[in-house]
Amino acid sequence: MSTHAEDRYYVPHDSHWPIVGSAGLLLLMVGVSAWLNGAETGFWVMIAGFAVMIYMLAGWFGTVIGENQNGVYNLQVDKSFRMGMMWFIFSEVMFFAAFFGALFYARNMSVPWLGGESNNFFTNSVLWQGFEATWPTNGPGEVGGDFTVMGPMGLPLINTAILLTSSVTVTIAHHALIAKHRGTLKLMLALTFLLGFIFVGLQAYEYVHAYQDLNLKLTTGIYGSTFFMLTGFHGLHVTIGAIMLFIIWLRVMRGHFTPEKHFAFEATAWYWHFVDVVWVGLYVFVYWM
Amino acid sequence: MDRGRRVINTMIRKSFLGLALLVFAGVARADWALNMPRGVTELSAETYDLHMLIFWVCVGIGVVVFGVMIYSLIMHRQSKGAKAADFSHSTTAEVVWTAIPCVILLLMAIPAAETMIKLEDSRDPDMSIVITGYQWKWHYRYQNEDVGFYSNLAEESVKARRLDSGIDPFTVDNYLLDVDEPMVVPVGAKVRLLITANDVLHSWWVPELAIKKDAIPGIINETWFRAEQVGTYRGKCTELCGKDHGYMPVVVEVVEPDAYQAWLDTRTGAEQRYANNESTATPEATLAAGE
Amino acid sequence: MASTVADAIKEHDDHHGPAKGIKRWLFTTNHKDIGTLYLIFSLVMFFIGGAMALVIRTELMQPGLQFVHPEFFNSMTTMHALIMVFGAVMPAFVGLANWMIPMMIGAPDMALPRMNNWSFWILPVAFGILLSTLFMPGGAPAGGWTMYPPLILQTGDAFPFLIFSVHLMGLSSIMGAINIIVTILNMRAPKMSLLQMPIFVWMWLITAYLLIAVMPVLAGAVTMLLTDQFFGTSFFQAAGGGDPVMFQHIFWFFGHPEVYIMILPAFGVISEIIPTFARKPLFGHDSMVYAGSSIAFLSFIVWAHHMFTVGMPLSGQLFFMFATMLIAVPTGVKVFNWVGTMWKGSMTFETPMLFSLAFVFLFTIGGFSGLMLAITAADIQYHDTYFVVAHFHYVLVPGSIFALMAGAYYWLPKWTGYMYNETAGKWHFWTSTIFVNLTFFPMHFVGLAGMPRRIPDYSTQFADFNMMASIGAIGFGLSQLIFVYVLLTAKKGEKATDVVWDNPVGLEWTVPSPAPYHTFDTPPGEDVIRSHSHSSH
Ligand code: HEA
Ligand code: HEA
Ligand code: CUA
Ligand SMILES: [Cu+2]
Repeated sequence: MSTHAEDRYYVPHDSHWPIVGSAGLLLLMVGVSAWLNGAETGFWVMIAGFAVMIYMLAGWFGTVIGENQNGVYNLQVDKSFRMGMMWFIFSEVMFFAAFFGALFYARNMSVPWLGGESNNFFTNSVLWQGFEATWPTNGPGEVGGDFTVMGPMGLPLINTAILLTSSVTVTIAHHALIAKHRGTLKLMLALTFLLGFIFVGLQAYEYVHAYQDLNLKLTTGIYGSTFFMLTGFHGLHVTIGAIMLFIIWLRVMRGHFTPEKHFAFEATAWYWHFVDVVWVGLYVFVYWM
Repeated sequence: MDRGRRVINTMIRKSFLGLALLVFAGVARADWALNMPRGVTELSAETYDLHMLIFWVCVGIGVVVFGVMIYSLIMHRQSKGAKAADFSHSTTAEVVWTAIPCVILLLMAIPAAETMIKLEDSRDPDMSIVITGYQWKWHYRYQNEDVGFYSNLAEESVKARRLDSGIDPFTVDNYLLDVDEPMVVPVGAKVRLLITANDVLHSWWVPELAIKKDAIPGIINETWFRAEQVGTYRGKCTELCGKDHGYMPVVVEVVEPDAYQAWLDTRTGAEQRYANNESTATPEATLAAGE
Repeated sequence: MASTVADAIKEHDDHHGPAKGIKRWLFTTNHKDIGTLYLIFSLVMFFIGGAMALVIRTELMQPGLQFVHPEFFNSMTTMHALIMVFGAVMPAFVGLANWMIPMMIGAPDMALPRMNNWSFWILPVAFGILLSTLFMPGGAPAGGWTMYPPLILQTGDAFPFLIFSVHLMGLSSIMGAINIIVTILNMRAPKMSLLQMPIFVWMWLITAYLLIAVMPVLAGAVTMLLTDQFFGTSFFQAAGGGDPVMFQHIFWFFGHPEVYIMILPAFGVISEIIPTFARKPLFGHDSMVYAGSSIAFLSFIVWAHHMFTVGMPLSGQLFFMFATMLIAVPTGVKVFNWVGTMWKGSMTFETPMLFSLAFVFLFTIGGFSGLMLAITAADIQYHDTYFVVAHFHYVLVPGSIFALMAGAYYWLPKWTGYMYNETAGKWHFWTSTIFVNLTFFPMHFVGLAGMPRRIPDYSTQFADFNMMASIGAIGFGLSQLIFVYVLLTAKKGEKATDVVWDNPVGLEWTVPSPAPYHTFDTPPGEDVIRSHSHSSH
């Protein structure tokens, strides 16, 4: 059996999980759309979609984990998973790139143009007289009203420290896994996802602060749009990453993973580092500069 | 049915003429609706020349490439007993056919860039007009004059354009190309256009002036022209702007300077009258334009 | 759990064939089954999108409004394009990739078979949602496939459905692309070097990278539309400091690579077929690879050539003009290499070859008009007229679609084990080629003469050429029914041999026809690979 796994690429036969996933996506998307259009039932359809998606993810990953524990995956399969994860993360990077692109465009193009720069003298003098290009801004129409900027010190700095620390702890955990120090592994991994959840918690606190005290909202012109969309999508990814770490931790507790083969662990760690790097970009370009 | 036959006849005639023109004459005449018009500004003529230049360059390359290919298709076929050679690369050939297109492109890029630079130079105009796109009409406001008005699709076309209107478009003069109030400018003057929009994107285009510029809400785009010939020039909105995108033509009337002055005189103070007629429209953008 | 897994492995050892009935298609993890699903799906979409094109052409047959309201016309234009681009052409090439890549590189299957299934089965959901918008209050999206704000924000109930269906298309494409990359890089026969890979595989590898790089950007762009509409963000609103044009930049950063996503695999198909029927190795195999990579690279820095009229600063206009013109060079290399392959060959003209030759001719014509569009000053006149419509249909219909047809005829005997009906194939080719030109060539003239695109009605001087185009479109549509006939009778012909054609190159010809359910258990060896590669390496 084990020789079998070594020399043959494991091609699973039928799987019903994908089609379950598609059904989940259908419910989810139709539900959200209907809800956005103002139909109450849409909300429940969306929830049903979520439920199906979670059922699918649990089932699908469960199957994969089971196969893995049974040793049907040889190193080549492992490599496929790794490469798949890597390119998936790359696609995520490009998703964030779109929003960073919007931020750079607003800061370096549209806002200065509304202020009359480049070939836009008349844009300013005819349409938006008196508007001076500065950043941050909620635009010449002062969309959303007066607001205060979220400074780089305080919470954001603490959050930066938290995420950077969590990147260190996950790396320590990885080394512990390879060195067969299961105790350190468990501890460090737990620390990592706890830091992740703390980050999310602080972020939520920051949002409340922004909304209640700073009048900084999603609707606060282009600054609010880019601020909340970037940090929001990042926060979502941290949440997903922390949940993934938690699941990995559960698997560690069950004794999964060997020093040689621990793809899921590594994939999650990569994902975590990716989330971390995005945060550094955010911290620099959204909060700081 | 009669018209159907006529259409098919002219279709056949024109397709032959079209092909013949492409092959031999090159200079297609505008009233056959085959080619870009040469236009009535220096830059429209330059644009036209540029267009014909690239067109002929492409035809030239096409003749060579397709010529070689057709020769090969005729000569190197199995039914003619051709035996396949087995070469699979030639560095010389590959360098040559990378280098030659580079040179051609370079030669084309130079005049292309020159024209662009001129097109963008809207300094020192004789007059400026703010053009605002609305769903689905244009508004013109003459800066430094007390003149502003809307320009809608002409009544006759409005009637004929309806679904199953029963009116044959061929019986309507300038079907979809006529407005109630054209934009009037003096011949020979450098006119600067400040183009914007009030609701969605539009685009202001007059082929004979070689101007097409998007009208964007909240942004003003600048462009200019200097018409060298008196006449009526017709164009269209060219950015999808909703259901009546096809029904917001542009008409520019280029007249002698004194005729222009006379027109201005009858128009001064006209904004009030027209604005009142248009109960639905609130030309904020144009009001904000106050000198 | 453990026992079921063990069972699964046992089953795997048994090498049984496909499951029976509908379950085979719903649950399959087999690259050939999934490839078939993709191909059939895309054909259906081609017909739906084509039917919409026929609505467009019928209305445009004469000036005046005869059949539909302007708003519905705009919906047709929008849906036609979305369906053709994301529903027909892209999935069709993924279908070919699924069928052929494992066979061409000596792999047992795709690298991630279950995900492969999901990539496909997301598509019916996405297009089900998209098509359902036709029946919603406010009608289907009518803002053009480019979805420019603010107009697209005037869409009725269809709006969120449009956004999410685009998300799903993106999800499917990204997963498909990841699978293709991993398959090529990790499942290739160990003895096959990268440069020994067939050009089809190479072009798909490059395409897959393009997909992963740009589909998420499209997702980002439409997400911003969604939040602008429902959550009060100001990305595309000047009053809030954003800019409607920003959407166009983001969209075309996706959109331009997207058009190469639709043509690079086509280049791959053509590069497989011409050598076979010229009976001569592909000329410049390696330079094909470099040219494809250059095109992909350049495709990221030319996007704003779709936006020469938005009022960009002069420097921007010039940069994008120069960069765009450069693409003609690597594309030219490809065209010249195909001609070089034919040169001194011993050609025969079976249907796949005919479609490929028409591809080379007509794609090049489309490329020429593309080059004309790149010249900024001239594009200011061409932009948003039927000249552009003529350009992109030349590269897409006798370009991408013809390449797909060529590929289908070329590999059909390998898929089914029988020769297709060659006479019907030739009819399909000739009628298609004549009508496709009748449809799209006159559009150059009306465009130059001043007919804008996306209008349901036009002034009378354009009447004759529009009549021609409409007749052509109907003829072209009917010609495609011949293809359906060929497919329906695909198993009625004589049995195909394993090599099918006269000594073709490529590992797919080393396996039986029809190709067995599991192709390569053990990867082919060095000799087989070398003698089945065009590369001189
Ligand atoms: C398969 C799809 C495909 C392909 C391959 C191309 C290829 C090219 N396209 Fe096209 N294009 C589209 C699909 C495609 N396009 C679509 C869908 C749109 C419109 C979208 C919309 O608005 O809805 C569009 C629009 C479009 C525009 C915008 C027009 C406008 O809206 O105003 C421009 C402008 O530069 C352009 C340019 C080009 C160029 C330079 C190429 C080049 O890649 C072509 C290169 C090829 C050749 C040049 C021929 C072969 C070369 C030789 C024989 C060598 C020697 C030649 C010379 C030196 C000239 N395209
Ligand atoms: C790969 C992409 C692709 C393909 C294959 C096509 C194929 C065709 N296209 Fe399309 N087209 C686009 C991509 C494509 N198009 C894009 C991107 C746009 C721009 C949209 C925009 O402006 O936003 C566009 C826009 C566009 C327009 C301009 C619309 C406008 O500006 O308002 C027109 C007009 O003639 C047109 C026509 C056609 C025709 C006649 C075909 C034909 O080749 C189709 C032939 C196929 C058939 C006709 C199918 C066969 C059907 C039958 C036999 C009968 C029906 C059967 C049943 C119902 C069962 N297309
Ligand atoms: Cu206004 Cu189109
Ligand atoms: Cu492009």
